[in-house]
Amino acid sequence: MKLVSKLLCATALVGAAGAANATDLEVMHWWTSGGEAAAVAEFAKAFDATGHKWIDGAIAGGENARPVMVSRITGGDPMGAFQFNHGRQAEELIEAGLLRDLTDIAEAEGWMDVVNPTTLLDACTLDGRIYCAPVNIHSWQWLWLSRGAYEGAGLDVPTNWAEFVAAAPALKEAGKIPLAMGQQGWQQSGAFNVMMASLVPQDIFMAVYDGKDAEVAAGPEVAEVFAAAAAARDMSAKSTVQNWNDATNLVITDEAGGQIMGDWAQGEFAVAEKVAGEDYECLPGLGTNEFLGVGGDAFYFPVLDDEEQIAAQTELAKLLLSPPVQVAFNLAKGSLPVRGDIDLSAANDCMQKGLALLAEDKLLPETNLLITQDTTTQINTLFTEFFADSSITAEAAQAEFAEIIAKAE
Amino acid sequence: MATERPNPLFRNKTAKVAAIPMIATALIVFIGGTVWTIVYSFTKSGLLPRLKWVGLDQYERLWDSKRWLISIENLAIYGFLMLVLVFVIGFVLAALIDQKIRFENTIRTVILYPYAMSFVVTGLVWQWILNPEFGVQSIVRGLGWESFTFDPLYNASIAIYGVLIAGLWQGTGLVMVLMLAGLRGIDQDVWKASRVDGIPAWKTYLFIVIPMMRPVFVTALVIVVTGIVKLYDLIVAQTGGGPGIATEVPAKYVYDMMFQSQNLGQGFAASTMMLLTVAIFIVPWAIMEFGGKKRG
Repeated sequence: MKLVSKLLCATALVGAAGAANATDLEVMHWWTSGGEAAAVAEFAKAFDATGHKWIDGAIAGGENARPVMVSRITGGDPMGAFQFNHGRQAEELIEAGLLRDLTDIAEAEGWMDVVNPTTLLDACTLDGRIYCAPVNIHSWQWLWLSRGAYEGAGLDVPTNWAEFVAAAPALKEAGKIPLAMGQQGWQQSGAFNVMMASLVPQDIFMAVYDGKDAEVAAGPEVAEVFAAAAAARDMSAKSTVQNWNDATNLVITDEAGGQIMGDWAQGEFAVAEKVAGEDYECLPGLGTNEFLGVGGDAFYFPVLDDEEQIAAQTELAKLLLSPPVQVAFNLAKGSLPVRGDIDLSAANDCMQKGLALLAEDKLLPETNLLITQDTTTQINTLFTEFFADSSITAEAAQAEFAEIIAKAE
Repeated sequence: MATERPNPLFRNKTAKVAAIPMIATALIVFIGGTVWTIVYSFTKSGLLPRLKWVGLDQYERLWDSKRWLISIENLAIYGFLMLVLVFVIGFVLAALIDQKIRFENTIRTVILYPYAMSFVVTGLVWQWILNPEFGVQSIVRGLGWESFTFDPLYNASIAIYGVLIAGLWQGTGLVMVLMLAGLRGIDQDVWKASRVDGIPAWKTYLFIVIPMMRPVFVTALVIVVTGIVKLYDLIVAQTGGGPGIATEVPAKYVYDMMFQSQNLGQGFAASTMMLLTVAIFIVPWAIMEFGGKKRG
């Protein structure tokens, strides 16, 4: 009898000790390129420092990662936390009650006061409750240019899209690819959206993606954008790489003149030890119409039962937005911090340009916030087709585009 | 008094109990899953299944979608040519090996080997072989034909034939081995009789041996056709559906819709159409094959 009670007592003690200990928290994301991995390592380091353990669950490519994450959550085997682009991707998971409500944490930490621009938090909010922790601001609207490629061909480095297009033939003659472009739909449609937001007045962009106005999508301004996309198709004809970071590498190694890609490309330049302003240039809004699109990454936390895991989730959510972690993470990733109240003097030229635009409030929402993943994929398919087959005219592609917009919700 | 006749339902109890798991699996997993999919194809299910009825909207969108039409066309081209070529080549190879040649085992193994490889490996290998910079084209150019062009995977109008080559390379061996087994099963007396009658060998094959090999043909047909309908991994590994959307197939459309577009309803509609297509071929055949026997 005594023995049994002793044993029970010992078991209880062990159990209690376990509860006091830190737990492992599995975090899934799709940050696998050099710069991205360096950035996510900052999160892991900070989280491990709290005594918990970050279990890294990286899956390359958002298109591969999202289905796996969703099936784990809906299949009843949720991870501790996961990264999504904030916006409408997680809408249904929230509606189904599968994601944890973070409103209490947000209030305790004062996210409403520090997150800038506030639209980031709005994108995490559904019916007045907050469901995700935004970690950075990513903007698509950058043209990255290789100084080496242009100077090697005896050309001036372009300062806007028109000059970039004008310099393309000479660059081609010098044996360089004018425009590096990965052959994946999201990159091609992304570049197209950048052109639409930069080359024609911005109310066109909003009319198409926010208003879903098919008449505007079929109109003359968008036709101009499609003509530019057709020009981009010619300029990128020799760029046969698939992944965005392989395309960025063409710019880094002076094989290509430029690339339209989001600010995450900067992480690759950093890993290759290139210096902004010396080795490469960056033009927000294609140099034509300077602004930033406000999208980015956010962490969501599935609803869990285990008390320890829930505590670890809370810890992580707080940590993600804490000032030192924000600085370390965003410097590595090349993105802008979500807090307006931290010092980023260590940022390079390109990030400073971004910060300045952010301060001036020259902002535009990201398409992820405006259209569903379904519509996004349809547009991606259209551009995969358009960029692969030069026999498709800009007019035909525009007609299809207008049809997709007409049916979008 | 005469005992009551036992209820036929309770006769052979052990056998019936033993069959329950199989019957339950068939009803719940196969039939149940199919019905569920069809029902939800009439809803507006996004990331998660939801019973929000939209009638035939998903089907209208499906048949308006250029990508779906291209997928169907590709499957038709691939399916028809694969079926014809795999049987012709498979049978001819089997007939040649059947001539009591030397090193039969070696040759048979070599031809069957590709089948041991997964579609993913097959796809990657053929992606490299057909790559103009490393593959066939560069080898032939290296031999002196500077203008030789052979890059099916980079030309949207013929890319599906590049996939077909890989599919044939992988699948022919199996058909050949099945055919060879069938040929070996033909009684030697048949051959002797036809020789006595002076019938040429090709006629014997065509009119006597092949009809006698009917069961082997049916087996091979089922294996080849199911392989065609579920064509997915070869495409993903070899072309990823590209260039553009030139080599998309229905199974890939279903996957992409369900898991990348977060549009389950559309994926269900597409898979229902796939089921319907298969049913159009299978049902008449099944009636012909099994329906007659009961009466006869």
